[in-house]
Amino acid sequence: MTRPLSAPLDVGFDYTRSLGPTLGRFLSDLRRRKVTGIRGSDGRVHVPPLEYDPVTAERLHEFVDVAATGVVRGWSWIPEPLEGQPLDRPFAWALIQLDGADTSLLHAVDAGSPEQMATGTRVRARWRGERVGAITDIECFEISGEPADPPAEADDVSMVTTPVNLHYTHSASPTEDPFLRGLMEGRLIAQRCPVCEKVYFPPRPACPVDGVPTTDQIELSDRGTVTTYCVVNVPFLGQRIPPPYVSAYVLLDGADIPFLHLLLGVAPEDVRMGMRVEAVWKPREEWGPTMQNIDHFKPSGEPDAPFDSYSQHL
Amino acid sequence: MRDIAVVGFAQTPCVRETDGTTNGVEMLVPIFHEVLGGLGLTKTDIGFWCSGSSDYLAGRAFSFVSAVDAIGAFPPITESHVEMDAAWALYEAWVKLLCGEIDTALVYGFGKSSAGQLRRVMAMQLDPYLVTPLWPDSLGLAGIQARMGIENGLWDERAMAAVAARSRSAALSNPLAQLSGEVDADELLALPYVADPLRRHDCAPITDGAATIVLAAGDKARELCDRPAWITGFEHRTDTPSFGTRDLTTSPSAVAAGKAAGADGVQVAELHAPFTHQEILLRQAFGLGDDVTVNPSGGVLAGNPMFAAGLARIGEAARRIHDGSAAKVLGHATSGPLLQQNLVCVMEGRE
Repeated sequence: MTRPLSAPLDVGFDYTRSLGPTLGRFLSDLRRRKVTGIRGSDGRVHVPPLEYDPVTAERLHEFVDVAATGVVRGWSWIPEPLEGQPLDRPFAWALIQLDGADTSLLHAVDAGSPEQMATGTRVRARWRGERVGAITDIECFEISGEPADPPAEADDVSMVTTPVNLHYTHSASPTEDPFLRGLMEGRLIAQRCPVCEKVYFPPRPACPVDGVPTTDQIELSDRGTVTTYCVVNVPFLGQRIPPPYVSAYVLLDGADIPFLHLLLGVAPEDVRMGMRVEAVWKPREEWGPTMQNIDHFKPSGEPDAPFDSYSQHL
Repeated sequence: MRDIAVVGFAQTPCVRETDGTTNGVEMLVPIFHEVLGGLGLTKTDIGFWCSGSSDYLAGRAFSFVSAVDAIGAFPPITESHVEMDAAWALYEAWVKLLCGEIDTALVYGFGKSSAGQLRRVMAMQLDPYLVTPLWPDSLGLAGIQARMGIENGLWDERAMAAVAARSRSAALSNPLAQLSGEVDADELLALPYVADPLRRHDCAPITDGAATIVLAAGDKARELCDRPAWITGFEHRTDTPSFGTRDLTTSPSAVAAGKAAGADGVQVAELHAPFTHQEILLRQAFGLGDDVTVNPSGGVLAGNPMFAAGLARIGEAARRIHDGSAAKVLGHATSGPLLQQNLVCVMEGRE
């Protein structure tokens, strides 16, 4: 058996978070090329600052200025940096205890080679030119016994935006695979559960009633019945058609679950449950492994299906 | 308190990559049939279902809902999910059984790590304000911890390689293991670093897989299993997520969970240690002497299905009770960065 179809899937989102008084102060200060810690219940100075003490859970509020220079307390070497990391050449991850702090901050050290790194090495922050109020305002640390660049004026920040981009290979299931390959040829391939004989289109990896793989393939026609529908009146980002238009659940003849598709060629006020419809396919040269090969459904002109014929599929 | 036991366990082979979807259905269907069939149960005999998995690993929203298809959830079932290793789902099911409403529960975990880039996906569990934006990878963080232990004289690279060699050797008896074989620690030490001081053998492999456990209470457990693995201690603890604040050469939460669960006197321990030095650290945290058999399955260094591997440790430990080869065992699971959260399940056989 050939491997099921797979395709790259890139997931991205810019997480935007409010900072509150503690992290807001810390990141505003980074923007000013200053590092600020907070005093814990036991008198230790935490950098980065904690909102609550890790032992007593007491709310912490006494900010303490610390230096942008410090000492490496632990490190590892990354020979091949990954996407998003502070440096695109080999570097060290390090826990760095800044001068005046009692705890350690994680950041990258641009050391050139692991031979340059050692626990106890003195480092200083390399400040980014364009600072926005983020941990990445420190570009990285560098090995140096000298002070870091002096503070500069900047406005407070109250929000931080963190882009997240992750990359996957999405695999179709063994039952979705013939469905998707069928679509490329303009065929509608469903799967039947060997136990309850329900026909699933699109197919599912296992029958959700019986928990067994749906092994029997059957081909369906591109005609069906509207089981239920809604009239979309609300505009939204990315909408392809100006509202109002009809989204309808279509139960293909021979199938046991309906799927959502677009219904055109009929005024919204004339759509009804039980309406018979047929697929309108895109031009063949535009077909791919997708249900979008069917551009939309339109009324077929057949008499309405009786309610009993779809009442179990609502 | 009701007596509750692990009565059944099944897991998929640990493999580098499966063809299946990230919702786990293809991996779960066979192990549900195996574990229920082995106990003579059907899905309608199960009072509660609980799972552990992660949408970040799957790269899709609500992947655990799609996974429910593998159960055949009709008539409707009682079900829950944790976005953690399924060992914590087992804890939820155990609490539910303690409440007395049900007599049986089935717990499962699944993960298809091969779908994404695991080292980056794991950055999503870190502090989202100050740490995730740097994209620290899981190997890089573990490397810092390993070096701190080395420089404090708690372990060295040779001891770490010896853990890897022993794990792969033990995995020769585990037909579901991903990595097994007789390897020489000296040969391992000649290999290059992947995140100095970590070499490839120090890091658990990237694994696709799933695991499931059936719990039962009292007489139901005795009816289903000749030698149930009675849970005598089940505890989990957590440390601060701010890892620059704590001593990384130990794990206070592991120490506390082991003590509360009654780890003393166990003969076998299955430890969820994705890095070689973490096995040494956990042995110290739980006070396990040389007379305790650690990871006879090979542990997660021989196969590490994310979100199922901790549950599988408890299942592997329970098997030593089921087969009569041990009287008291420990299964451990970890979650979060650098052994931040730790769960210990102590089980005993009774004559």
